[in-house]
Amino acid sequence: MNILVFVKRVPDTESRIRIQHETRTIVEDGLNFIISPYDEYAVEEALRLKEAKGGAVRVVSAGRDETAAVLRKCLAMGADEVLLVKDDVPETYDGLRTARILARTVERKLAGADLLLFGKQSVGADNSQVPAMVAELLGLPQATVVTKLEVEGTSATAWREIEGGLEKVALPLPAVISAQKGLNEPRYETLKGIMAAKKKPVPVVTLEELGFAAGDLVPAVEATGLDVPAARQAGRILKGDAAETARELVRLLRDEAKVI
Amino acid sequence: MIAAYLEIRDGKIKKSSLEALSEAKRRAAELGTETAAVLAGAAVSGLAPAAFSQGAAKVYVIENKALADYSSQSYAIALAGFAAAAKPAALFFAATAMGKDLAPRVAARLGAALATDCTKVAVKDGALEFTRPIYAGKAFLTLRLKSTPQLATLRPNVFPLGQAVGGAGETIKVEAASSEGAAQGRVVEVIKEESAELDVTEADVVVSGGRGLKGADAFPLLRDLAAVFPRAAVGASRSAVDSGWIGHQHQVGQTGKTVSPELYMAIGISGAIQHLAGMSSSKFIVAVNKDPEAPIFKVADYGIVGDLFEVVPRLTDELKKTLAE
Repeated sequence: MNILVFVKRVPDTESRIRIQHETRTIVEDGLNFIISPYDEYAVEEALRLKEAKGGAVRVVSAGRDETAAVLRKCLAMGADEVLLVKDDVPETYDGLRTARILARTVERKLAGADLLLFGKQSVGADNSQVPAMVAELLGLPQATVVTKLEVEGTSATAWREIEGGLEKVALPLPAVISAQKGLNEPRYETLKGIMAAKKKPVPVVTLEELGFAAGDLVPAVEATGLDVPAARQAGRILKGDAAETARELVRLLRDEAKVI
Repeated sequence: MIAAYLEIRDGKIKKSSLEALSEAKRRAAELGTETAAVLAGAAVSGLAPAAFSQGAAKVYVIENKALADYSSQSYAIALAGFAAAAKPAALFFAATAMGKDLAPRVAARLGAALATDCTKVAVKDGALEFTRPIYAGKAFLTLRLKSTPQLATLRPNVFPLGQAVGGAGETIKVEAASSEGAAQGRVVEVIKEESAELDVTEADVVVSGGRGLKGADAFPLLRDLAAVFPRAAVGASRSAVDSGWIGHQHQVGQTGKTVSPELYMAIGISGAIQHLAGMSSSKFIVAVNKDPEAPIFKVADYGIVGDLFEVVPRLTDELKKTLAE
């Protein structure tokens, strides 16, 4: 199987987010960057499929030079090749812009894949847009937020999470799948894998090489504000006997908060 | 025109879709334009009255046997057909599993940008502004969409339902472009959780458990507490999920779900930053934890410092008594 995986470099989920108000961007100083956690499930699923059925796993990411570190992690996990699409524009929150870049990358550089795997969303922009948009731009079927995937010959069955249950989706290949937590348990890189990954190249393709002209990728999303939520005030703390505190809490919920 | 796509599950329009329609009506009134609803499926025109009573002036109906089972491809074709026929200024979806699957596909088909999971829509200087959480709620981004139609998915349980009104409007049939051959990637089965539990994102009350529960065996305590309320769900912290005590669909926080219920009860949850991101927009927060220094108490409106195994059963009893009054 020829599998493509798309990943993004994002701030660690333990990060405290600070805002640069004038530029409406987050402050990157002091942040630790990682591969978006959902993307890790996608990489793991690709590696497992390759181990079971043969083939190759290629991982793609669009971003600045620093993104190479995330791609090296994928190499260390066992990916065969990576490709960095160099895009120096900071976060635009415009999923369609990213999808256009990735779909063009597939068409021009990575044609012939059987399966395109994504994380269900990047942890950060939280857009949940790019997988379905790439599917539409390439005319491929999709299953998003997938917790179980079976591939048999030229078709796949995916189980996707919905409110209070699952949807079973039947797909012909090639298809786009986006991974949800629960799909698998991603492996850790081995020391040997990390050492080998250091020696592997991280090829770079530019937006110009993909045929984009200046002005082709102007974001259609204009940020007019970026704020951190107002801090909640610590409330009333009850201590003492379990029965008494429980009774007092229920009284407060009824008489003061009026929530019950 | 501001339109809302109405999702249908089990033959009924989803409440979160009616919330999106209500918001479409409020913003359309502010902009002095009309409100429309869109229904798509094999046989859906019978649901038009529900859309009229929620304030739609027009209901666009796309009926086609090929739409009997949901497929993001064929539904995207259908909705793009609606957009071409009606030329709405904006189209809202509920940010449900289906809405988040379908809206980006429609956006790519129309070449229009999309705002995901909005918690606020406002009109400023005659234009729509969308506010949405990023970093799972650690920050809120306000944005304008420079493409047409302006597409947005609206978070369930955030936008109030409008007052139901009587009356009817115009029903307009839209021909769905033939989706023969395009309906690949189709839902062949819907598997409901046996308990038919409410999803944490849809519940009015969320009772969540964390590491303090010490094991899967303690979750029935939380289920009993949740069962006291009419629309409650059981949630969990990442550590409880990663320990295998409960399924990941219950996880609240970054890498889980973001919730904003009327009442959030954090039981045995210390309050790691990833968890706080996912529940801090709840209206009221209650915490039960034996550690008085736990960060969860910094965001809780009411906290009980104590042993959850003693407190929770008594809390359940007290709530039962009070709610029965």
